[in-house]
Amino acid sequence: MSEQDYLKDISEIKNLMNRSSRFISLSGLSGIFAGLYAIIGAAIAYFFLFPDPDEYLMVHSVNFKALLALLAAIAILSIVTAYIITTQRAKKNNEPIWDATTKRLLLNFLIPLVTGGIYIIIKLNSQHYGLSASLMLIFYGLALVNASKYTIGNVKYLGYGEIVAGLICAALPGYGFYFWIFGFGLLHIIYGSVMYLQEKRSV
Amino acid sequence: MGIIDNINKVFDHRIRLGIMSILVVNEDADFNRLKELLDVTDGNLASHLKALEKEAYILVEKQFIGRKPNTRYSTTKLGKAEFTKHINALEKLIKK
Repeated sequence: MSEQDYLKDISEIKNLMNRSSRFISLSGLSGIFAGLYAIIGAAIAYFFLFPDPDEYLMVHSVNFKALLALLAAIAILSIVTAYIITTQRAKKNNEPIWDATTKRLLLNFLIPLVTGGIYIIIKLNSQHYGLSASLMLIFYGLALVNASKYTIGNVKYLGYGEIVAGLICAALPGYGFYFWIFGFGLLHIIYGSVMYLQEKRSV
Repeated sequence: MGIIDNINKVFDHRIRLGIMSILVVNEDADFNRLKELLDVTDGNLASHLKALEKEAYILVEKQFIGRKPNTRYSTTKLGKAEFTKHINALEKLIKK
């Protein structure tokens, strides 16, 4: 075999290693959209759903249920957007979407996330909602760091950011709302923009 | 001893190299997954898997998922070590 053949061998080895173990990264655009949804959602909550300063937010009030519905809507919109953008890109690059790597990625992402979600719901049922924002940030960050082992790209840095934001948020009670906007809104937009610029440059 | 000694004859084939590349970075992979990634025919893949199994570079595990037979492949310690040696030798050859 000639030198050329060996070079081809090596590049093929690298290609196969990446394709077989790493899910294509989520595009930066989906991060930007997720951040925008979070900020719009937070604005709606701030102007329409928050109780007056001399009132308490009650767990069984209509406003509280509306708040939960709003959170669910933000999450679903973000997921649907990410799914559509990722599918289109994968189709364009002729990459399979739903293979063993994707399944592993999702499983590793969902384990911390669902654990955190259930924990927050249990806490809400016993009127402990003070730390919800912090817990959401921390568990979401852990889910990202855990899933990042199976992706190309820098999603783990977003995860670290969310965890740090969540911990600071836990230390400063009463500011959960603002940390939530920072973590789910601003961090997503920053991360998404950086990724988007990188994608543009590499194309 | 020349560098060429570390070039492993068993790996001197695109498909075998491909199989090993996939298995060293994954815990295991089944037959269809390997086929899909390498884009080869059943018979071709099977014969190369046999060759690697004969050298004890990979481990073959047969099981049933429901009623369908499913075969999972993973690397052995020996296979991983030999593959690393081979890659290092390739890289040295190129750099020379």
